[in-house]
Amino acid sequence: MLNTFMQSRLRGLVVLALILIILPAFLGNPFHYELVTQMAIIAATVVGLNLLVGFAGQISLGHAGFFGLGAYFTGIATGTYGWSSVPALVVGAIVVGFIAWIVGRPILRLKGHYLSMATLAVGFIIAIILNNERALTGGPDGMPVPAFEVFGWQLSAFGSYSLFGIEIEGFQAWYIFASAVLLVAVWFALNLIESPIGRALRSVHGSEVAASVVGVNTAKYKSLVFVISAIYASLMGSLYAHFQGFITPAVASFEFSILFITMVVLGGMGSTFGVILGAVVLKLLPQVLADFQELEHVMFGLILMLTMIFMPKGLLPTLTAFVSKRMRKKAGGEA
Amino acid sequence: MTALVEVKGLDKAFGGVHAVEGVSFSVEAGQVYSVIGPNGAGKTTLFNLITGLYTPTKGEILLNGESTAKLEPNELAERGMCRTFQQMQICMNMTAIENVMLGRHLQLKSSLFTTLFRLPSLRRNEAAARKRAAELMEYVGCGEYLDTEASAMSYGALKRLEIARALAAEPKVILLDEPAAGLNAVETAALEDLIRKIADQGTTVMLVEHDMKLVMGISDRLLVLNYGRVLAEGTPEEIRQNPDVIAAYLGG
Repeated sequence: MLNTFMQSRLRGLVVLALILIILPAFLGNPFHYELVTQMAIIAATVVGLNLLVGFAGQISLGHAGFFGLGAYFTGIATGTYGWSSVPALVVGAIVVGFIAWIVGRPILRLKGHYLSMATLAVGFIIAIILNNERALTGGPDGMPVPAFEVFGWQLSAFGSYSLFGIEIEGFQAWYIFASAVLLVAVWFALNLIESPIGRALRSVHGSEVAASVVGVNTAKYKSLVFVISAIYASLMGSLYAHFQGFITPAVASFEFSILFITMVVLGGMGSTFGVILGAVVLKLLPQVLADFQELEHVMFGLILMLTMIFMPKGLLPTLTAFVSKRMRKKAGGEA
Repeated sequence: MTALVEVKGLDKAFGGVHAVEGVSFSVEAGQVYSVIGPNGAGKTTLFNLITGLYTPTKGEILLNGESTAKLEPNELAERGMCRTFQQMQICMNMTAIENVMLGRHLQLKSSLFTTLFRLPSLRRNEAAARKRAAELMEYVGCGEYLDTEASAMSYGALKRLEIARALAAEPKVILLDEPAAGLNAVETAALEDLIRKIADQGTTVMLVEHDMKLVMGISDRLLVLNYGRVLAEGTPEEIRQNPDVIAAYLGG
């Protein structure tokens, strides 16, 4: 029974759920909750980015642009125009998905790394617009975002709620919400990868020629996964804006895009749970190394380089391979 | 009876070099049709033109009477053409059976919604596709590798895997580019049986091959290329007795 469970395709998801359930036992104060909630939202973003980078082999250097657009769409729609959260989130994702489609369509017909250049440019353009459209976005000073709200019911980090009769604080409610969102994001990603669409995406990475001669329309699939990953980023950007309650153009910055990519590369390209680990590690690192804050960018660059050189498969796949090798050795020694 | 594949006055120039020049021939459905010639004769270029990877400089290719000029490789696959490669094209980021299941891409249409929620219809289709892929791997003789990572497989097994992937697409015509290259005598004999089996089931086979024994044994017709031009065309018997071919290639 345990054995069949270990081989089931959803075992990773179950383990992740268990970790998310147990984790609050180790979270002491609201700051811890805030950090872990941010981690969950960003992890879900890189799970989406990994579909593009890890599975389809296309690099986006502007994903923070989509994340930022989602955040600002929500901020402006709910804050300035009084929309409800869910329509703002959905319409924002549709708009961002459409922008990604427009950007990706001509570029993804070409082979090679043109997408990274184009997304780099798009990311910069979005950041510039957010910085300069002061009337709409508040410019570099940022803008406040109202609490997440569904049918008049508000989810605020500062409220207090009752869940099945248990009194919980707002930051705890947000933690539960973000955890659930992460689990759904991972479930969708796993379902997508293990399907004809997922195989087509991976074949684009593995051999574009092989993909095309068995009938895969490679341009279409590259464009599809680019749009999906942009929608992931937009939705998470919207949630992030609600959670933070205040956003600045930094959410769309180039540095943030690089951080996303570093999470994917460090955690393990093409490993859904690996990139979550990548997000956790890189979110924790600045806390641990708070004294060396000015060296943060150097650290990220160094991590990216060292990962590429010494563990090109990334943290989690390398660890898994190491552990299973040790276990096999041990089993062999006993036999 | 119209030809399944018809090539008319085909020309492909890379800069000033004509890799293929004025080539015409036609392949009837159900035939095993081989293209032979010395290295650099333009055989692989010809295959790349037929399968839409290259665009012809001049000339025309008809598949089932339809011009393929404006069609992408994946659109040709939709019309029943599939191939293998001299430089194998295997997705090393997948397992063996996933590579073969990729071949069933066109038979497995599922919407994004069905996929994201992994609805029962998708699960059923995937299970059926996996079963079919396993059968095909058994059929080509690499059945023991099902869930092996493609990157861990031997050269000979990968060659067969590529054929299984092409067959999974259920093509009307399959183009094999030097399937025997790098195989030993035993493997080549097994390959010959396999090609015969494929042809017997009604699939048209086009073959680029250096192994003369193999080619002469299984082909219905042959095309001999030399420096991009047609040197001879005919049955194995005619080719064997053609003085030009003997002089240029068979070494009389």
